[in-house]
Amino acid sequence: MAKILAVDDSASMRGMVAFTLRGAGHEVSEAENGQLALDAARGSRFDLVLADVNMPVMDGISMVRELGTLTEYKGVPILMLTTESHTDKKMEGKAAGATGWLVKPFDPEQLLATVKRVLG
Amino acid sequence: MANVSLAQFHQTFFDESLEGLASMESALLSLDDGGDTELVHGIFRAAHSIKGGAATFGFPEMAAFTHEAESLLDELRDGRRAVDSAIVELLLRTVDCLRGMFDRAQAGEPLADAVSENVRQELAAAMGHGVAVAAKAEVSDQADAWVIDFRPHPTMLAGGNEPIRMIRELAELGRLEVVANCDALPELAKLDPSQCYLSWRITLHAPVKRSAITGVFDWVEDECDLKVEPLLAVAPATAAVPTAVRAANETPAAPRAVREATANSETSSVRVGIDKIDSLIDLVGELVITQSMLDPFRDDFDMSRLEHLRQGLAQLARHTRALQESVMGIRMLPIGSVFSRFPRLVRDLSNKLGKQVKLDLVGEQTELDKTVLEKIGDPLVHLVRNAIDHGLESPDRRRAAGKGDTGTLRLEAFHRGGSIVVEVSDDGAGLNRQAIINKAIQRGLIASGDNLGDDAVAELIFQPGFSTAAATTDLSGRGVGMDVVRRNVVDLGGTVAIRSTEGKGTVFTITLPLTLAIIDGLTAAVGEERYIVPLVSIVESIQLRGDAIRSVAGGGELFRFRDGYLPVIRLHEVFGIAGARTTIDEGLIVVVEGEGSRVGLFIDELIGQQQAVVKSLEANFRRVNGISGATILSDGSVALIVDVLGLVRMQGRKKAA
Repeated sequence: MAKILAVDDSASMRGMVAFTLRGAGHEVSEAENGQLALDAARGSRFDLVLADVNMPVMDGISMVRELGTLTEYKGVPILMLTTESHTDKKMEGKAAGATGWLVKPFDPEQLLATVKRVLG
Repeated sequence: MANVSLAQFHQTFFDESLEGLASMESALLSLDDGGDTELVHGIFRAAHSIKGGAATFGFPEMAAFTHEAESLLDELRDGRRAVDSAIVELLLRTVDCLRGMFDRAQAGEPLADAVSENVRQELAAAMGHGVAVAAKAEVSDQADAWVIDFRPHPTMLAGGNEPIRMIRELAELGRLEVVANCDALPELAKLDPSQCYLSWRITLHAPVKRSAITGVFDWVEDECDLKVEPLLAVAPATAAVPTAVRAANETPAAPRAVREATANSETSSVRVGIDKIDSLIDLVGELVITQSMLDPFRDDFDMSRLEHLRQGLAQLARHTRALQESVMGIRMLPIGSVFSRFPRLVRDLSNKLGKQVKLDLVGEQTELDKTVLEKIGDPLVHLVRNAIDHGLESPDRRRAAGKGDTGTLRLEAFHRGGSIVVEVSDDGAGLNRQAIINKAIQRGLIASGDNLGDDAVAELIFQPGFSTAAATTDLSGRGVGMDVVRRNVVDLGGTVAIRSTEGKGTVFTITLPLTLAIIDGLTAAVGEERYIVPLVSIVESIQLRGDAIRSVAGGGELFRFRDGYLPVIRLHEVFGIAGARTTIDEGLIVVVEGEGSRVGLFIDELIGQQQAVVKSLEANFRRVNGISGATILSDGSVALIVDVLGLVRMQGRKKAA
């Protein structure tokens, strides 16, 4: 089972993601903004990062960009969790190094299916 | 894993969203005063989170509503539209609508109503989308239906991109016919599950722009081959795809109804700071240590170890008290959450009345019991409204009175002794003594010859049915019942006092208990019975000589107290206690005050002061006049808590009869 970092400023969203993934046997850490996520990522090696786009302090895209500069995160999949239907945001996320995205709203099963696929 | 119930996250979602709305509101108000773009970002983020949560947790109407607001905020954020007061106004009303939706969501009622629908339309109109934008769309980019040929590269799945998501996104645009092409599918033995072998031909029946479709595939544009063409230009697709295994009509997904209409949606929660929890855990740890220290004495004790036992018991007492305070603290929340609604209220009201008002909020960190906090809002709103409506003057009048144009309204909370004090003060006109007296005479509350002190005059405005509007200013509008304010506060175990100086302003002082669960009281003996008299209502206790009592017609007794006479209430008579002292000079008179009236309670003697944990008599027995509850004394016996207000009212009825 994988170590997963869930990053979202909304406690309910984070709770839902973490609860679902833990139920599937994953080890989940939570962070409520990009900066805290980076701190967590530096302290521990995650197999997958799920990140919201819009967050205070540091947004998801900046976070992905920063994560990309850490050698131990080369090849670690990063999924953006986003309601952004704006194409520029998606492209920005991809350019920053995100592997893919999951559009909110998603239900627990969609989340699990996507995570399963990304983890291979 | 399939049955993750989303309902369990509803309360968290409600709590965080209401916090989000509060910060949206205060940011909007700051924006109104000329704020910066960071504020707009914050407002956008809050709306965005609510929208995302609403969609995820099964509130589609709320998501749709918030979406309109978010779009408008997006334009503000990008600077495509300037912030003006009309937009701030509209967004403030949006916040109100969302609050209403959350209330209804918690009650399990339908979310949208006529008001929210109007606001939603206003938001849409403000965006100017709909007809105007559609008309501008280029013809070549527009068709009634589209055929989409979507061929993912085999590696697309490995990048975390699931074709079904894109197909679902398309389904939100309109009706879909989806045909999968399985030609490239290898036999099972050679199949690599991480590769994508399928491709799709999708017909979308929706009059949308080409960019709306390509937008769905933006993320994967370099990981697939995509052709998007208007429907008329291509031949019917069915014949061209011989091995079609699936043809489906995908319609926009029906909103998932995960919301459980639970009867106990009233169950409220408290968000507790982690430091409070930590301190509780520390204290429980200390208590366990103390207990283990005392434990050996149970089986093995001799007088030589008395000092150790004493130390242990003292420590136990200290920790128990600390634990009690700490547990009470969990219910304590800062009053700031109540104060935060006032900037909006003051702004709206002063604009409407053409007054200039500066609002000062002081002591927002002062903590109050959650129950008290929830119930103190309405009385405060009454007082603030009154202050703006009747207390503070218009700029003209202020100038005439030699004051600045802008009046000051101040809300302040602080601790005083074991109580919380909340003051609402203004530097307005103050109470008009003569007008109040005239009104009171007209209402038959006092006789024209009565000579009342300032305090007594101020008390008159708390009388039921007393219209403050006519008494304090000539502004139109009905005076809101100050009697209601007082009753609400008294129900919380508090008091309201007023201090007013004509021409200088008025101060309302609300004194509230720290908690409703414990009261400070004096233990009084009446015969063999023990009663607790709440300390807040005690004025003083006196011993009287028998000849200080005057009997009056109808069997009442009066005694002289300061500059007037007070009635005596003999508790042993009220509660029918045998064996109590009946001669005045053998007992004690405790002067108590309730609703501004004072009476003397005649008891045998006072035993001491103590904290009483209030137990409901109603819940365990039934309601008893003159008693507000019960408590258990240290010797295990039960003492009843005297309802001072009830006794005062009983006395009033007796007088009237």
